[in-house]
Amino acid sequence: MFDKILIANRGEIACRVIKTARRMGIKTVAIYSDADRNALHVEMADEAVHIGPPPANQSYIVIDKVMDAIRQTGAQAVHPGYGFLSENPKFAEALEAEGVAFVGPPVKAIEAMGDKITSKKIAQEANVSTVPGYMGLIEDADEAVKISNEIGYPVMIKASAGGGGKGMRIAWTDEEAREGFQSSKNEAASSFGDDRIFIEKFVTQPRHIEIQVLADTHGNAVYLHERECSIQRRNQKVVEEAPSPFLDPETRKKMGEEAVALAKAVGYASAGTVEFIVDGDKNFYFLEMNTRLQVEHPVTELITGVDLVEQMINVAAGGTLPMKQEDLKINGWAIENRLYAEDPYRGFLPSIGRLTRYRPPAEGPLGDGIVRNDTGVFEGGEISMYYDPMIAKLCTWGPDRPTAIETMRNALDSFEVEGIGHNLPFVAAVMDHPKFVSGDMTTAFIAEEYPDGFDGVTLGETDLRRVAAAAAAMNRVAEIRRARISGTLDNHERHVGEDWVVTAQGARMAVSIAADHDGSTVTFEDGGALRVEGAWTPGDSLAWMTVDGKPLVLKVEKITHGYRLRTRGADMKVHVRTPRQAELAALMPEKLPPDTSKMLLCPMPGLVVKIDVEEGQEVQEGQALCTVEAMKMENILRAERKGVVSAIKATAGDSLAVDDVIMEFE
Amino acid sequence: MKDILEELQNRRDNARLGGGQKRIDAQHAKGKLTARERIDLLLDEGSFEEYDTFVAHRCTDFGMEDNRPYGDGVVTGWGTINGRMVYVFSQDFTVLGGSVSATHAAKICKIMDMAVQNGAPVIGINDSGGARIQEGVDSLAGYGDVFMRNIQASGVVPQISLIMGPCAGGAVYSPAMTDFIFMVKDSSYMFVTGPDVVKTVTNEHVTAEELGGATTHTRKSSVADGAFENDVEALAEVRRLVDFLPLNNREKPPVRPFFDDVDRIEASLDTLVPENPNTPYDMKELITKLADEGDFYEIQEEFAKNILTGFVRLEGQTVGVVANQPLVLAGCLDIDASRKAARFVRFCDAFEIPLLTLVDVPGFMPGTTQEYGGVIKHGAKLLYAYGEATVPKVTVITRKAYGGAYDVMASKHLQADVNYAWPTSEIAVMGAKGAVEILYRSELGDTDKIAARTAEYEDRFANPFVAAERGFIDEVIQPRSTRKRVARAFAALRNKTVQTPWKKHNNIPL
Repeated sequence: MFDKILIANRGEIACRVIKTARRMGIKTVAIYSDADRNALHVEMADEAVHIGPPPANQSYIVIDKVMDAIRQTGAQAVHPGYGFLSENPKFAEALEAEGVAFVGPPVKAIEAMGDKITSKKIAQEANVSTVPGYMGLIEDADEAVKISNEIGYPVMIKASAGGGGKGMRIAWTDEEAREGFQSSKNEAASSFGDDRIFIEKFVTQPRHIEIQVLADTHGNAVYLHERECSIQRRNQKVVEEAPSPFLDPETRKKMGEEAVALAKAVGYASAGTVEFIVDGDKNFYFLEMNTRLQVEHPVTELITGVDLVEQMINVAAGGTLPMKQEDLKINGWAIENRLYAEDPYRGFLPSIGRLTRYRPPAEGPLGDGIVRNDTGVFEGGEISMYYDPMIAKLCTWGPDRPTAIETMRNALDSFEVEGIGHNLPFVAAVMDHPKFVSGDMTTAFIAEEYPDGFDGVTLGETDLRRVAAAAAAMNRVAEIRRARISGTLDNHERHVGEDWVVTAQGARMAVSIAADHDGSTVTFEDGGALRVEGAWTPGDSLAWMTVDGKPLVLKVEKITHGYRLRTRGADMKVHVRTPRQAELAALMPEKLPPDTSKMLLCPMPGLVVKIDVEEGQEVQEGQALCTVEAMKMENILRAERKGVVSAIKATAGDSLAVDDVIMEFE
Repeated sequence: MKDILEELQNRRDNARLGGGQKRIDAQHAKGKLTARERIDLLLDEGSFEEYDTFVAHRCTDFGMEDNRPYGDGVVTGWGTINGRMVYVFSQDFTVLGGSVSATHAAKICKIMDMAVQNGAPVIGINDSGGARIQEGVDSLAGYGDVFMRNIQASGVVPQISLIMGPCAGGAVYSPAMTDFIFMVKDSSYMFVTGPDVVKTVTNEHVTAEELGGATTHTRKSSVADGAFENDVEALAEVRRLVDFLPLNNREKPPVRPFFDDVDRIEASLDTLVPENPNTPYDMKELITKLADEGDFYEIQEEFAKNILTGFVRLEGQTVGVVANQPLVLAGCLDIDASRKAARFVRFCDAFEIPLLTLVDVPGFMPGTTQEYGGVIKHGAKLLYAYGEATVPKVTVITRKAYGGAYDVMASKHLQADVNYAWPTSEIAVMGAKGAVEILYRSELGDTDKIAARTAEYEDRFANPFVAAERGFIDEVIQPRSTRKRVARAFAALRNKTVQTPWKKHNNIPL
């Protein structure tokens, strides 16, 4: 076994690998760019080597720099994580040349699976089902139309070197095929410098289901069942689970065996993933093989009990797989939600900045489930613009799917992230979506269910009453505390009453609170009562309440006459008032958000460093518009709301006074 | 007997209806509450004791003898806020437009006299058309009597003004002399002369809102200390403010049970100050992370944002916070910031509220605007206010403390009691670059040499240790333990007493 390995990555995956390596008694080496000087993976590793400026193409993916770090530290092996150099055969070759082990598959396998056309050919030869399509090079649009007709519409036209949706078109008619071929070709040429195009059947009601395989250098290969990754936003996976709610044992076995056959066909050794697309009739077709550890590998670990990183290291060190196929059972259910620094209320715009608060739920048992959180960030850390916006992978396990989902809901509700925009409310909404709950989803789930984006969740009546009851009980505690201030007039202290009016989401709920030692019973006007218990004290940002025996986790922020409460993807102002206060509050006029002027004014005397937008450009709320330097500090001015820039009045280098117009909006 | 009791009840009901249902409805239609409704929201339920319910004016000119409503346009009395006593007057716009007569003013004076004598704050709710013109000079005399009491009560009991409707002409000067002024957005305005007079005299066209609305006074003039969306919010937030304030100058600030660990460690503060000294950060994060329960009551939030002022609690006890805000103008001191902070410091000192100062100040703002505006005198106000303050003073320097601004911001030299510095502090006459440009003017052409000199200067002064060697800094502390260190510092200062030489009063550079 190795004494020391280097992790050629950053963020959560570097931390994840370090954890296993440490448990195996292997010393770890981190590499870091300028932007990651204070990063968690640097802190966790036994040694850390600085490898350059923030952009990855000047640091993390510069093979020479990584090789220098290896030489400098004497690492015997390199785990590449995912992304960066993980599927770069040149890197694997460079390691081989220096006699350093690559914790990943052989170079040959990376190369074979790295090209979409080659990999499909190999798959077909290994009797793996592939999507009907044309693999040869397509000369022109006429040929594309001819091929499309042979396959039968709809067809998908793809760039051979493509990925992430770039250079990809769907055609339902000859005309669309003709156009799609041309535009795919152009896009492929400009994006990848490789304009090879292929055409295949477009699968309807598609689900993305992938098989995890593990192989050693002694000819052993097993599959660790599937992961369903159908919930994606613009081809970026958001929610994954294992097993898939869609597969039956026969299909699972067939897919698993085909995946293993493919792994053997390419001489695979290490962990790998064979991705399939599965249609509504459970026909499955090979998509591609990822020759690395997948982001979503934890769900597989949770249901199989296998530490994939440990096995990758074991295989890389020449070890034999300790398990046989029959040992690999599915134990329970696991779900992963990817937490991205992307603001769902602002069109999922990436959000950067300081994590003023970052309190993930505790790992370990939660209710009837288990929580696991793979993360690479920490409270007080910075989310920079240079890397992937993923900040954590929150996973839950339960003995069955409903328990895993319920555990996930509570874990999300108790996950505190402040300072940046993030998709927590969005994934919380998905966890409550009837289609997700029933397991009936396709890769079009997000596009179909949230066609206009996401603007928060409105709670149903039952949930709203639970929240109202909790808020009323919490508020009573806070008001009693206020009345216990020093300096009160003896014998004329304030009496905190039992009757309150809760307003939230436009609903008005009159309640009466009967408090005892263990909690409160909150009775509504219609006679319905809810029992509220919990250990919340004023100032706590998280309330772990139990309402009628069921957990309710609220993020709490004090506002006038109430609280801003967040739960289950809902973000609402909940007012709790005495009946008199409520009566008078009802007289107050509704005010629309102030009509901020359609101009960006310079808020301070300073020098314009940079204008980030152009005339005619549409900007999202919160988007950086320009940078003004004042008192030697760079201040980023951001859009207060969505709009279109109609005129730009200042240019970089201008010296502005307070309230000078920088730009105007339509 | 029964008849007599009924008669009393009838008279009371009559008084409580103010100007009648029609006018009450009109008040509501404007998004405003009535004088009594406002008192209901300000005070603990059922705690209001009304005085002078049946006061009526004595004017007989211009037909006034036929219109003598009970209360005379103002409701006065006392009640409690979370069980603590306050005096209150609330002008009733439904009764003669809330206009101020001799008797109206006398009612206000009566409760102000009681407040001073009995040591309880005065909260004034202003909603008045102004002087009662029919009364002429009697009305002006009434204003004058109120002004005089504002002055006498100043520094004895806290005085808080809520502007919830018009407040124009001479009327503005009573709130102006109170400790805090809060306005309601869109339904209140304050000005000495209204838009019509402005138009006649200066030919400026301006609306009442532009001339004296909440936005104007919170952002431009700094006359108001805060603005709220509506009457309900404003009154609730004044209750919250009163929870921070002592009832009078003979009493310590209130203490409230708290649910926050005094020893709470905030590891994230270790990374609050960015590595690049020219990158701003939000000082509010430090304030909310060191305060009990993250609760910060900000005063003048919208004005001179380069300095933050407001109240927090530590161990349940009120502490006034003044902090440079690096997010705005790099946190430098200028005329507005100095005035804002100086007034806040003096309020705290007057009412025995300990002062916490958080420092990241690159200096005073340069420029002709500042010098012509008298930054020398205005900057001196803050210096003076800190120096004269005898309350417990604890200072934490987080980053820059340059030049004269270092001295100003509650430095050891102004007799601050405990001065802490984070390891990221730079306590120096100026930044390294500026210093080297002066010290090594002859070498300016040689970038390598200048870089070396800059590094040398940074090595020597861009740290807290030179000041610590001299005892100007009592201790260099871990950012993460700031809450604990500051709370303990104030705990040790609870019995602080200072003797100052007798003087009639000081002469702060106004």
